[in-house]
Amino acid sequence: MAETIRIETPFTEEKSRKLHVGDSVLITGTIISARDAAHKRMCEALARGEKLPVDWTDQMVYYLGPTPAKPGDPIGSCGPTTSGRMDAYTPTMLAQGIKGMIGKGSRAPEVIEAMKKYGVTYFAAVGGAAALIAKSVKKYEVLAYPDLGPEAVARLTVVDFPAIVVIDCEGNNFYEIGQKPYRTLKL
Amino acid sequence: MREIDAKQITEAVAKLCKDAAYYLPDDVYEALKRGRETEKSPVGCVVLDQIIKNAEIAKAEDRPYCQDTGMTIVFLEVGQDLHITGGLLEDAVNAGIAKGYTEGYLRKSVVSEPLFNRKNTGNNTPGVIYTKIVPGDKLNITVSLKGFGSENKSGIKMLVPADGVEGVKKAVLEIILHASCNPCPPMVVGVGIGGTMDRAALLSKKALLRPTNVRNAKPEYAKLEEELLDLINQTGIGPQLGGTTSALAVNIEWGPTHIAGLPVAVTICCHADRHKHCEL
Repeated sequence: MAETIRIETPFTEEKSRKLHVGDSVLITGTIISARDAAHKRMCEALARGEKLPVDWTDQMVYYLGPTPAKPGDPIGSCGPTTSGRMDAYTPTMLAQGIKGMIGKGSRAPEVIEAMKKYGVTYFAAVGGAAALIAKSVKKYEVLAYPDLGPEAVARLTVVDFPAIVVIDCEGNNFYEIGQKPYRTLKL
Repeated sequence: MREIDAKQITEAVAKLCKDAAYYLPDDVYEALKRGRETEKSPVGCVVLDQIIKNAEIAKAEDRPYCQDTGMTIVFLEVGQDLHITGGLLEDAVNAGIAKGYTEGYLRKSVVSEPLFNRKNTGNNTPGVIYTKIVPGDKLNITVSLKGFGSENKSGIKMLVPADGVEGVKKAVLEIILHASCNPCPPMVVGVGIGGTMDRAALLSKKALLRPTNVRNAKPEYAKLEEELLDLINQTGIGPQLGGTTSALAVNIEWGPTHIAGLPVAVTICCHADRHKHCEL
């Protein structure tokens, strides 16, 4: 694996275009969590011509619904959820200025096309490493939709949040590249 | 007749929920470490290192291993000579789930209705409860926390007898290849063969309760478990980003079926094959 790259937010298109598939990164700054119900709500608001409660320009979205924080902790366990469930909403959301997405699992072709168009990078965090990932989160502030509980839109202040570039701005896809050398099965 | 108070059941279920969320079964932890030793992909090794470290942090600090603390599946074996007093059995179990998820800072992930009004119930109830009446006067409770990243990738195939062993292998592999990197591999794969469609699905859930290092008691099924594991580990799926450790185990449970049928259900579990058991 290549050397670890440190990234600071805001995450601009310029920063995004410098990254390549397979890069291991540590993210410091703020990232914004949103998942199924919040995506549905935001896209419905946009369809009605309303303004979103969050300015997504140069932001990173993290597909997350954490466990409740124990007393004294900023957040509970907080690993990534499956990104593919957000695919239906993603091209619309990328048009709002998001430049980085953090989640796990493969993406739809139309998402990858939108990533190329807007210069967006997709990062994977390790699925199920939720207690470990929590160590890199210093602050958790709900920004919108508090009624959604763990699905609320929230700002996470992170230091050295570990992730890997799995689809870059050119559409190179680590989920395909990474599996091929180890596929010995004859289908 | 032996009596047991419903409150005891509630307390037991609450503890099982918390323990399952924090403490990965030892056999799964050991299987992850063995996977790390043999993994050929450098990125796969990085992923497995994080997963192993995560298990250690969760256990040492009583933290949920994964933020998806699952839908709660509860398997009850009620001795027919046991009398439950002070409340209804299912109410006691659901009270235990609510207590465990609240006290344990676990995520509440259940909506009361699936399609038109997906409102979170706020305490992870109701659980999915399976009750079996057995001989004796004991109550055996097994709690399994089923995450939905992997549940969404599970599947069922209604094969016919002529499909045979090769058909079963093909069906399982199709489901696994379709799941690919998404269910948080390395997976634990539960397979249910036989029964009706619903029975096969239940058998595949029960299969996940068996330790990953214990093979089916019937040699032909044990051999099929090993062959399927070998095939799955040749898919390249690996620990999420490609590699050789795609699954930690394949557990098969089987049951009698109809002369015309060969149902095969596959419940995919992520590496967090979380379940705990107690006897009251």
